Amino acid sequence: MKPALNIKSVNKKFDGTVALDDFSLEIPQNSITGIIGPNGAGKTTLFNVITGFLPLDSGKIIYNGKNLSRMPSYKIARAGIARTFQQLRLITRMTVLDNILLSFQNQAGEYLKNTFLFPGRVKKQERKNREKANELLAFMGIEEKAGDLVEDLSYGQQKMISLACCLASGADLLLLDEPVAGINPSMIEKILMVIKKLPEAGKTFVIIEHNIEAVMRVCDRVIFMDEGKKIAEGDPESVRHDPAVIEAYLE
Amino acid sequence: MEYLLHILILIGIYVILAVSLNLIVGYSGLLSIAHASFYGVGAYVAALLALKLHSPFLANIICAIILSGLLGAIVGIPSLRIRDDYFAIATFAFQVITFSVMNNWVSFTGGPMGLPGIPRPAIFGWKITTHYDFLIVILVLCIIILWISHKIVTSPFGRVLKAVREDEIFAQAMGKNVASYKVLIFVIGAGMASVAGVMYAYYISFIDPTSFTIMESILIISIVIIGGAGNIWGSVLGAAVLVILPEALRFLGMPSSIAANMRQIIYGALLVIFMLFRPQGFIGEYTFRK
Repeated sequence: MKPALNIKSVNKKFDGTVALDDFSLEIPQNSITGIIGPNGAGKTTLFNVITGFLPLDSGKIIYNGKNLSRMPSYKIARAGIARTFQQLRLITRMTVLDNILLSFQNQAGEYLKNTFLFPGRVKKQERKNREKANELLAFMGIEEKAGDLVEDLSYGQQKMISLACCLASGADLLLLDEPVAGINPSMIEKILMVIKKLPEAGKTFVIIEHNIEAVMRVCDRVIFMDEGKKIAEGDPESVRHDPAVIEAYLE
Repeated sequence: MEYLLHILILIGIYVILAVSLNLIVGYSGLLSIAHASFYGVGAYVAALLALKLHSPFLANIICAIILSGLLGAIVGIPSLRIRDDYFAIATFAFQVITFSVMNNWVSFTGGPMGLPGIPRPAIFGWKITTHYDFLIVILVLCIIILWISHKIVTSPFGRVLKAVREDEIFAQAMGKNVASYKVLIFVIGAGMASVAGVMYAYYISFIDPTSFTIMESILIISIVIIGGAGNIWGSVLGAAVLVILPEALRFLGMPSSIAANMRQIIYGALLVIFMLFRPQGFIGEYTFRK
């Protein structure tokens, strides 16, 4: 099968430190790929170059046949790649529902021309999006939080909402930066259940996570990264028992 | 009676200025201290067109909006690269430049002498001469601008503006072209402010650069903050309070030479008090504290 995302020998340096060192990776369609590795291994930098928040020094990133390497972030998002951030990003002073509504793509009402000339069209789409947002929240089991301000929710719930925003954006490739770090076990369970269901619906995931148990349970494939390089790649069990990984990380 | 109408007209002008600045500062989080420039551009465009070309009122309003909107884009573009306080300084520079042009291009703008004798306007043969006529025109313009602003901030476009204010990176990650929103809201806010300038020029029938200085910009910001940033009705309330409050000094029997200075003190003191004890203003939803 053709890969969803193809990263070809990407390099990224920060004043002398090498964050990504000739890094290549193929992400298959409808898979869940876990990326593990020590702090400073370049995992988040990888997400940042894929999503255009950092320019890459050299190399190519191809998504569905499109070269992303010089695109601005918002265009990459529109091409169908959504991400979450390690230091959670949401509009905390808006309601959960408004955050989800914000995340939908191709909204007629985001163009003032339509707001003033075709208010009917804008209203109709807004009503539809509202329904979709409520369905999405129900699917994730947090529909009762729709009217709450994001800042009033627990950390785990906020992580859930940021995943919901990615799904609302309609992206097919979701990059999750530590989706279950620092939250309680029952919430971890809920989030993993949601993620596990989605490849069937055509979604592809790449997950950075330090919680090895979670990675083992949910991922089809695991990449071990260190110092900007791919050290090991394979199914979760084999990576876990790879001597290089054990030496660098697990012990 | 004339005095009361005069106060209401002034409130109307400041409502337009404050609401338009609120779109930029309160909803989009771009702290601009150049708003008096756009106010001045509107006033000078209308005055010059009326004096030199004798062109009609409505045409002059449209010219003022277009020119001011273009300048708004020029001021808005730096916001794509510089943020927060540094952006405020860039807008300050623009404020200084426009004042210098008004003050020094004597052959065109009259320099410090200003432009006297701006003729009374007319709309399709209706001559606007009395205080009462002006109040009606300003009221209509206020309603139009409040309606447009309300539409903007309650639309999905307005939702993106708030997202840009709160977290630009998140907005980008969700596919929003943050740059175009910032520039566009600046163009809209600047265009609206110029309408207030046009009305001021016609109403007072004399303009000079001292009406459009940095002090004026700060007064407009005070109205937005004290009324409540991120709430349109807050700006209406703020404009009413800050126009009426200094007028109250007259009734305390304060001589006008002292009252003029007292006004500045009152504005400054109010701003400090609100920033300390009620940063969201009377009914605002956005505070500049992060």
